Amino acid sequence: MFIRLILSLSLLLVSVQASASLEILITEGVNSARPVAVIPFKWSGEGKKPENLSEIIGNDLRSSGQFNPISVGKMPKTPSNSQNVDYALWHNIGVEAIVMGEIKPSTKAGEYTITYELLDVVTGNMGMAEYSPIMEKRRSTVKKSQLRQFSHRISDVVYEKLTGVRGAFLTRIAYVAVDRDSTHPYQLRISDYDGFGEKLVLRSKQPIMTPTWSPDGRKLAYVSFEQKRSQVYIQDLYTQKRELMTSFPKINGAPSWSPDGKQLALVLSKDGQPEIYVLNIMTKALNRITRNRVIDTEPSWSPDGKSLIFTSERGGRPQIYQVELTSGQTKRLTWEGELNLGGTITPDGDSLVVVSRHNGSYKISVQDLDSSELRTLTKTQLDESPSIAPNGSMIIYSTVYQGKKGLALVSMDGRFKANIPAKNGDVKSPAWSPFLN
Amino acid sequence: MNLSMISKSLLIALPMLALGACSSNSDSDADSTETNKAATEQAVTETNTVETDVIEAVELTEEELMVQEYTAAILETTINFEFDKSTIAPRFTMILDAHAKYLVANPDKSIVIEGHADEKGTPEYNIALGERRANSVSTYLENMGVAAKQLSVVSYGEEKPVNFGHDAAAHAENRRAELTY
Repeated sequence: MFIRLILSLSLLLVSVQASASLEILITEGVNSARPVAVIPFKWSGEGKKPENLSEIIGNDLRSSGQFNPISVGKMPKTPSNSQNVDYALWHNIGVEAIVMGEIKPSTKAGEYTITYELLDVVTGNMGMAEYSPIMEKRRSTVKKSQLRQFSHRISDVVYEKLTGVRGAFLTRIAYVAVDRDSTHPYQLRISDYDGFGEKLVLRSKQPIMTPTWSPDGRKLAYVSFEQKRSQVYIQDLYTQKRELMTSFPKINGAPSWSPDGKQLALVLSKDGQPEIYVLNIMTKALNRITRNRVIDTEPSWSPDGKSLIFTSERGGRPQIYQVELTSGQTKRLTWEGELNLGGTITPDGDSLVVVSRHNGSYKISVQDLDSSELRTLTKTQLDESPSIAPNGSMIIYSTVYQGKKGLALVSMDGRFKANIPAKNGDVKSPAWSPFLN
Repeated sequence: MNLSMISKSLLIALPMLALGACSSNSDSDADSTETNKAATEQAVTETNTVETDVIEAVELTEEELMVQEYTAAILETTINFEFDKSTIAPRFTMILDAHAKYLVANPDKSIVIEGHADEKGTPEYNIALGERRANSVSTYLENMGVAAKQLSVVSYGEEKPVNFGHDAAAHAENRRAELTY
């Protein structure tokens, strides 16, 4: 048994390839986005600019669905600091805000000093001395290898200043790739949220399912069939250390990490049918949450950690329920649609994201928890595995698009949509990381 | 427990009908020729008029032997299901009946029942659906007299499709339980 485990499985955390094998292709929603300008950063050093910061920032802002960065060709000028900016030129072409900056070699080899500013065009155009158009001005020294990350950090700052919501550009996604031509077809991978920096976490001859992030972004829990049966593991992304969590007879599935990081909600069918349990990661103590004769599955934690959302067939077809963990009190949350699956509450606690079936099609939908109104967000028919960005702005999910199983993005209001096609094979089960900074 | 070995030995272990071609040069044959000289001489005088040759006995393939014993259905190992259903359609009971008969006759053999679902719905819910299908097969076999310890169940949900397409035909093919020895 042990030998087979070693043969059928190899643990790697190496870069698969430098460039993105996933790429965000926006399909809907650019027209309604706010026009902004991200001016190419001025490079005052020898040779080639070490990283195209403005392109990364522009792509981030565009893929948030809220901003439409204008092309460099449409820019009236390309200044690199806020002195002597002619705001009227920018105001006239409808630009709301300008991101600009400079990058130069630092005194330390391999490091760069970056200065950037965010300007409010409307305020600048009013020209009133008591109101500064400079919304943000910062300087940092960054290692060459950190330039891409730092660009995402600039995007986070810009996004928060302009929307009032924390940016989620310095985040990662975990997902399962299935490459049937490989000796180890099932591959758990992570990448930056935009598909760059893809790394292999685990590859196996047998399926891998349901990656879920620890709240510190350091570990993943997932289901692995490496022993020809389902088992739940936790793996540390930095040390590669794996720990077997559960290996009961029958289903060991659907792990979901608690907000305090100490527990996993999961599904076990060792006592008959699939039931929800909470496992203490340290002590391995198991607490059974549901108890009935039908399927209960897909637990996910409410943001306050006091209750679990789950799917149950107790009312006939599967619908979403919520159970308070201290009292055990359970209520049904979804009533619209033929059935509802895979529910998660948004980080602000106001809405429920689900996969809802309408006329036989499975679509990502959002239900307002106060009014119970359900809105369908997608046009595809085989959506599954929705995972919400930690700032609640966007949902990543898996779907079938043009005959291939791949990932897709939709904004919480449904106006912005993007596909993230895989270069080869199927990609599914996306999980958006928590904030990493 | 090595399941693939059991699966290989399953057919071979059955009693073989084949008979090897037999030689006539045994001791008892020699004795009989010595005690019955007249008959031997008569046979020798007739060597030019008759000849004998070795005939191989009819040998059935392993599959044919299994089919003879347990009907053609024993070679089928896939049970398909209707959308969102885990009840066994009448056209599949023959398959399960054949395997039940084999397992009852061979209590040292055991099977794994794999449950599978199509890609509609979420992967986690489909794991539950796949298990319900595998359980339904397991219950049927138990009702036919197979001991519980000969049966184990694993659900792969929508993770191991046999048809990688995304249309209704592919979905129908992927909703299944598979018996593996």
